[in-house]
Amino acid sequence: MSWLDFNRRGVWAIYHFEMARFRRTLLQSLVTPVMTTSLYFVVFGSAIGSRMTQVGGVPYAAFIVPGLIMLSLFTESLSNASFGIYFPKFTGTIYELLSAPVSSLEIVLAYVGAAASKSILLGLIILATASLFVPLHILHPFWMLAFLILTAATFSLFGFIIGIWAKGFEHLQFIPMLIVTPLTFLGGAFYSIDMLPPAWRTVTLFNPVVYLISGFRWAFFGTADVGVGISLSMTLGFFGLCLGLVTWIFRTGYRLKN
Amino acid sequence: MMMPVLSIQNLSKSYASGLQALKGVNLEIRKGEIFALLGPNGAGKTTLISIVCGIVTASEGVVIADGHDIVRDYRAARTKIGLVPQELATDTFETVWATVNFSRGLFGRAPDPAHIERVLRDLSLWEKRKDRIMTLSGGMKRRVMIAKALAHEPEILFLDEPTAGVDVELRRDMWALVRGLREKGVTIILTTHYIEEAEEMADRIGVISKGELILVEDKATLMKKLGKKQLTLQLQEPMDAIPAALGQWQLALKANGNELEYSFDTGEDHTEIPALLRRMGELGIAFKDLNTRQSSLEDIFVSLVTTRKGATA
Repeated sequence: MSWLDFNRRGVWAIYHFEMARFRRTLLQSLVTPVMTTSLYFVVFGSAIGSRMTQVGGVPYAAFIVPGLIMLSLFTESLSNASFGIYFPKFTGTIYELLSAPVSSLEIVLAYVGAAASKSILLGLIILATASLFVPLHILHPFWMLAFLILTAATFSLFGFIIGIWAKGFEHLQFIPMLIVTPLTFLGGAFYSIDMLPPAWRTVTLFNPVVYLISGFRWAFFGTADVGVGISLSMTLGFFGLCLGLVTWIFRTGYRLKN
Repeated sequence: MMMPVLSIQNLSKSYASGLQALKGVNLEIRKGEIFALLGPNGAGKTTLISIVCGIVTASEGVVIADGHDIVRDYRAARTKIGLVPQELATDTFETVWATVNFSRGLFGRAPDPAHIERVLRDLSLWEKRKDRIMTLSGGMKRRVMIAKALAHEPEILFLDEPTAGVDVELRRDMWALVRGLREKGVTIILTTHYIEEAEEMADRIGVISKGELILVEDKATLMKKLGKKQLTLQLQEPMDAIPAALGQWQLALKANGNELEYSFDTGEDHTEIPALLRRMGELGIAFKDLNTRQSSLEDIFVSLVTTRKGATA
């Protein structure tokens, strides 16, 4: 394959199709996460936050903003991407994708690109919503965007893998509900891991989500639980892992082709 | 001979379940022909199509579509191929217009609203172009799938059981459409188990059974070669044995001696029947009724598949 015959029209067709699905379900896609985030602010930011001191020099209500954005970014990337590829498998329309002159790279680019676009947009909307509740100053806007995009891309890839692996709709919920949400809550979305007893702090360092949230929070406030370099390399590592899995899936035809 | 537009060489497929769906199939499709692939359910028709279209990976063998290897040069090969699968699968929430244009884009072609309009008009879908697919009837959905397959102007079109569960009107439309496509030079490969469909449409026929292609023949030749005509004479008086004077026609005595049956190839000249009747008149054998019957493709097909079963049993 050469880059010359890259099927850009095919990629655009899939991307456009996926974004049209997003527009059709705009209400669920946008309103729900924004509502949820606002509720978190009311409960954690105002009710609990008013009784809490600052965390690492940052007011508690502001402290939880990066974690909340990440939480939405994870779940939305996963559900967008997994649903996007699972649904054609479920309805049978995947035949067209498999018989089209698009490479696996192009398929991934289109589906993951669309899913990531949606969740990046969503992340920015949540950020805007949050700034209505708390005054926010972003210290490293470039890195904030970089972490946002990288995380959205990584979890969209992860979601794509789940969508291909899933044999039923309940499978789509399985990993997000059972693994990602708990890891996020335990990953320092609402607290600094310094607040944990030392033993738990060590355990927490095995949670990959810690690094994602920590890096993102560093971009906001310049303080972090772990070094930003480690955060970045862990995020890139996870991205690479997902990319490797997707490559393997297409090479073997796993759950796509007989 | 002209270079085949599709060349299938030694194609085999074994599924993980151990089922061997195809066993070393060789087939060449000529440019511009309508080829009907006949076979009972589970014979391997859909597997064969799925491999050519890239949905299933072959275990062995090579497929060349319009000069392009379907694996090594899949982009070029797939651009030439259109597929209408057997199962009804559509993007229910999309409009007809959006889904057909999507297909064209997916296959890497530049937008061409005039072409899409032509396709939709040919399929009587133009009035429905703004409707969501979920509001359409089953027959209309099938038309949408055909429109999607034609959106990128393929040169080879696969129709997998195109008229299964389709009403008479749509079936007639479909046949007209297929003939129209052939006139434009599109090669059409259809699978069916409606023999009448193959008989009506195909230039050539292939019969597949248990993963093996047991016969490929021009339809006319096939009908001539395997087609038999039968003349049945209902006798006024039953007879015990066929008189020796009628020996040259190799008649069979049926229905307790009440019927005489004469089988002959349609290829032979037809002077034998008057001769037979004349001789019977001379012998004083009277008959009260007669009928002739030509074997249909269905008879040929059934006899092929059953002899095959007998042979492998």
